Amino acid sequence: MSTVRPKGVSRRELGLSARQLALEAEYQAFAMQEVAPLAEQIDRTEEIPRPLVDRLASAGMLRGAAFDEPPDPIAHGLRHEALAYASASVEGLVNVHLMVTEALERWGTALQRRRWVPELATGARLAALAITEPEVGSDASSVRTRARAAGRGYVLDGRKKWITCGQIADVFLVLARCEEGPATFLVPRDAPGLRIEPIRGLLGCRGYMLAELHLDSCAVPADHLLGAVGAGFSHVATTALCAGRVNLAWACVGVGQACLDAALRHAGERRQFGHAIEDFELVQRILTRMIARIDAAFLLCLRASHERASGGAAAASMEAAIAKYFASTTLTRVASDALQLHGALGCSAEVPLQRYFRDAKIMELIEGTTQILETMIARQASSRARVASALGACAGNGREQSASL
Amino acid sequence: MNDGTVRDTVGAFLRGALRHNDLADEDDVFALGLISSMFAMELVEFVEREFGIAVESEDLEMENFQSIAAITRLVAAKSAVAGAARGMVS
Ligand SMILES: Cc1cc2nc3c(=O)[nH]c(=O)nc-3n(C[C@H](O)[C@H](O)[C@H](O)COP(=O)(O)OP(=O)(O)OC[C@H]3O[C@@H](n4cnc5c(N)ncnc54)[C@H](O)[C@@H]3O)c2cc1C
Repeated sequence: MSTVRPKGVSRRELGLSARQLALEAEYQAFAMQEVAPLAEQIDRTEEIPRPLVDRLASAGMLRGAAFDEPPDPIAHGLRHEALAYASASVEGLVNVHLMVTEALERWGTALQRRRWVPELATGARLAALAITEPEVGSDASSVRTRARAAGRGYVLDGRKKWITCGQIADVFLVLARCEEGPATFLVPRDAPGLRIEPIRGLLGCRGYMLAELHLDSCAVPADHLLGAVGAGFSHVATTALCAGRVNLAWACVGVGQACLDAALRHAGERRQFGHAIEDFELVQRILTRMIARIDAAFLLCLRASHERASGGAAAASMEAAIAKYFASTTLTRVASDALQLHGALGCSAEVPLQRYFRDAKIMELIEGTTQILETMIARQASSRARVASALGACAGNGREQSASL
Repeated sequence: MNDGTVRDTVGAFLRGALRHNDLADEDDVFALGLISSMFAMELVEFVEREFGIAVESEDLEMENFQSIAAITRLVAAKSAVAGAARGMVS
């Protein structure tokens, strides 16, 4: 497999700065040289080799926004796109790690930030996010895992399921329920009472290294509570999920672009009826559909990251949801189109098309399923419209209208 | 910005977003079941952006965000602390 990505359309005119383009080239080179050659092995063995995790860390791929000078959500997005182009599984590991990092950077006390963030940035510790349970998926604010104050800390009881990176993470951000409301806790892998059971055999993103966590009287010190009790879902987990949604949208563009590059290459090389198949109009239609969809997803990602840079993560939550919704639903179509264009070859192990196709389906389930996002986006749009009109009326009474709502 | 303007702005934001034109200054938005998780974060960012304060982990008590009046008090307290800090360095 080539370790060089085909040159796509220049993105300079889309407003990417010279620095962002340089970073994009750096991320792509890393992904193609270090990640792409291992992608098939990762899919087959359902494991990301530890040396690759170490290389991700030493290349700075695990560093959160606090280390950016200046902060650059677009560059972050380009990182996820480049990694997912090579392997959606590897991007997934980086994504959950950075979701936890972002929650810590936003809601950690000064002491907690000093203690955890540098270790996460260097990859000395890998982080994972544990929200979902066997009985609770989309309705995440209803988690059943219990936490109660005991002695100088808290004791957690419950189960978490489908936890990406669960097989290798060193620390889990666990959403639990205290008597006073939801709360999140940093639970180290070696915490007494935590048992980790690998989950294997998933359809796609097979290198996610999923696990189920069993928390049986699992004790953590009081300073492992992140954010206030009561704010665990509404603020801490939501911060992580908003970040994850944008990253995942960029990842969908990466996988989609890989599908498109493969489809263009194959359509130019494969000959039937005395012609390259790219000469057939029905094939051209498929290619055009793929190109337009990926371009649109890319632009929505750009907008979401731009909003994060200018308005903040929560202000950009709707743009993030739209980008993730469009990019993931479009990716399942793009991956299916690419497979179709490859004929039997696409279903074989000779090319990565079937991996893209399987990985694509996962993207529609995580960080908010397609249906949950469909509900959320419409509700948020209505709420924004009402706020804009209420603030407009308030401005009429002598104050400036908020520009960002 | 004085307390009255803060109260009006927060009131307009909450009444609009929560579709509750009759929301009184002391009404508890959590008890009324009006706040979704996504909206809770938007509220934090709105308050930060609009009034130039930083909401931190220790401010995340529900009492600070449960009503128009509570948010107005939080903004006043945070603004006073920020003002005092500015006074100390100048
Ligand atoms: C590969 C993979 C990795 C994952 N990694 C993590 C992780 O790292 N951490 C973590 O906490 N979780 C993780 N998850 C879990 C993931 O977040 C959940 O699968 C997701 O939230 C959906 O929950 P569920 O699977 O229980 O589906 P359910 O919530 O049971 O939903 C089933 C179906 O019903 C639909 N549905 C549910 N409610 C509504 C509604 N109100 N309106 C319309 N339709 C609705 C859904 O869209 C879906 O189609 C992972 C899952 C997968 C597959």
